[in-house]
Amino acid sequence: MDLLGPVEWEALRLSLAVAGRSVLFSLPFATVIAWLLTRRRFVGRTVLDAFVHLPLVLPPVVVGYFLLVLFGARGPIGGWLDRQFGVQLVFTTAGAALATAIMSFPLIVRSIRISLESVDRRLEEAARTLGAGPFDRFATVTLPLMLPGMLAGAVTAFAAGLGEFGAVITFVSNIPGETRTLPLALYTAIQSPGGEALAARLAAISFTLGLGGLLFAEWLARRLRSYLGQ
Amino acid sequence: MLQVAVRKQLGDFTLDAAFEVGDAGIVALFGRSGCGKTTLVNVIAGLLEPDEATVRLGGITLDDTAAGTRMPAERRRIGYVFQDSRLFPHRNVEANLRYGLKRVPGGKAAIPFEEVVALLGLGPLLGRRPNHLSGGERQRVAIGRALLSQPRLLLLDEPLASLDAALRDEVLPFLDRLRGRLAIPVVYVSHQFDEVLRLATHLVLMEQGRVIASGELGAVSLDPALRSITGPDAIGAVLDGEIVEREIESGFARLRLGSSELRILSDEPIGRRVRVQLLARDLILALGEPAGLSVRNSMSATVVSVTRDDSHTDLVLLDIGGPQVAARITNAATRDLGVRPGLSLRVLVKSVSIRGQTLPTAGETA
Repeated sequence: MDLLGPVEWEALRLSLAVAGRSVLFSLPFATVIAWLLTRRRFVGRTVLDAFVHLPLVLPPVVVGYFLLVLFGARGPIGGWLDRQFGVQLVFTTAGAALATAIMSFPLIVRSIRISLESVDRRLEEAARTLGAGPFDRFATVTLPLMLPGMLAGAVTAFAAGLGEFGAVITFVSNIPGETRTLPLALYTAIQSPGGEALAARLAAISFTLGLGGLLFAEWLARRLRSYLGQ
Repeated sequence: MLQVAVRKQLGDFTLDAAFEVGDAGIVALFGRSGCGKTTLVNVIAGLLEPDEATVRLGGITLDDTAAGTRMPAERRRIGYVFQDSRLFPHRNVEANLRYGLKRVPGGKAAIPFEEVVALLGLGPLLGRRPNHLSGGERQRVAIGRALLSQPRLLLLDEPLASLDAALRDEVLPFLDRLRGRLAIPVVYVSHQFDEVLRLATHLVLMEQGRVIASGELGAVSLDPALRSITGPDAIGAVLDGEIVEREIESGFARLRLGSSELRILSDEPIGRRVRVQLLARDLILALGEPAGLSVRNSMSATVVSVTRDDSHTDLVLLDIGGPQVAARITNAATRDLGVRPGLSLRVLVKSVSIRGQTLPTAGETA
């Protein structure tokens, strides 16, 4: 007996694709932002910090709305992307990934910051006296030591990204096979007469993925930390 | 040649220190905790920006604030052994050791990997992670790592301070061996006078951010300034001599110091160079050659100076035929014996009160 039908499989596949792409997209940016916020003192640092955390406090619909205005077919960025590269974000999986990336961005930045703050700067000093320049030090000392926190943050953001609803449905709508991820499919099922069984199965999938993701993140961080001798 | 002159304000603490060292040799920066030793060393390493500084090493200017020159720490090629070893936890011992070696400009290694591993006994540790090492092993790896970066100068910031007595005794012999092999100057920071005595050739005394005396170990060991740091009991001549004769049955060795000889308890062979410390409080002065005493050493000496040491004691500086020693005696004794500059007398010292320590011989010095 098949536990999951084609509707569930498609929603699951889309959710995984959207969450995966969002994490890959935001990780490098989040690393740079976390670095700036932790290691540099500059004018506007507090404003940048608040800006990064905005998706945590704004209603997701508002984030989706701003994305629509900026990245819509006639928006300043969306229009440019379309003319230059033929890339369209509205109503596409890529757009869903962008919305998810922005919603989970504070999570990733925060976990990278915490792991960066836990890196012993005296080790970087030691690397300096051994002849390592700034990028060399970052690549060979700082980055490996912050990796456990970074990966755990990425896994948490991935798990959270599987369930992003408000920003996604506002920005890219609810299109089967393109943007109908698990929560959107669940929402659709609840709205449809006779969809209770489907809704229950989708909810169970979401629950399992979320819990599994959190446990995996914790396990990963612990394994990496002991590997790094911490 | 290392020339250092540094000024740095940190809160209400002012570091204002200057000293010079020759091409090889170990200069000990000695002073109480908090006197600015580590701050000074961090400026030399380039890790701390000075307010004003001139630091020159073998003709290369590392710091010259007047000319606006400041070489980044990573280009100074100064090996730094930190008090807390600072090994990279995500790399095994071998990768830690090779970290600096890989980054040597031009890849020239005058100090080869195998030699450092052998010198510091690191062979069995190479595959281990730093968190599986003892404190003493960690410091040995840190020393090896700094050496392998092929430094022009080696800085050791209290490398033994975080170790208990047993671990210190485990690491000290390795530092001893190092001393004979290095052709670069070494700055050794310490607040333990016995380490200084054992390792240093030069001594820089620091107090509250200032250098209060500096020079060769033998000379500074007689400087009254030392007293303010070590207290009166550690004052005494530190002399390097050569064993010229052995008295096998009694266990004595005769150590030549200038034109004098000293009987010390030692098993070292003839030709060995040995460093001894004659504590001022252990020396006895006599106007004539005494008889019927258990004391095994009696040297003729001339009084150089008499200075007030304490409310009831004097410090008498004596020439024993080249080298100088200091004796601490009571004011009453000074008066009764008529001790004054130019007076000839005998200096008595018990063989068992002499602390001796073997120095590396010329042949071992690279």
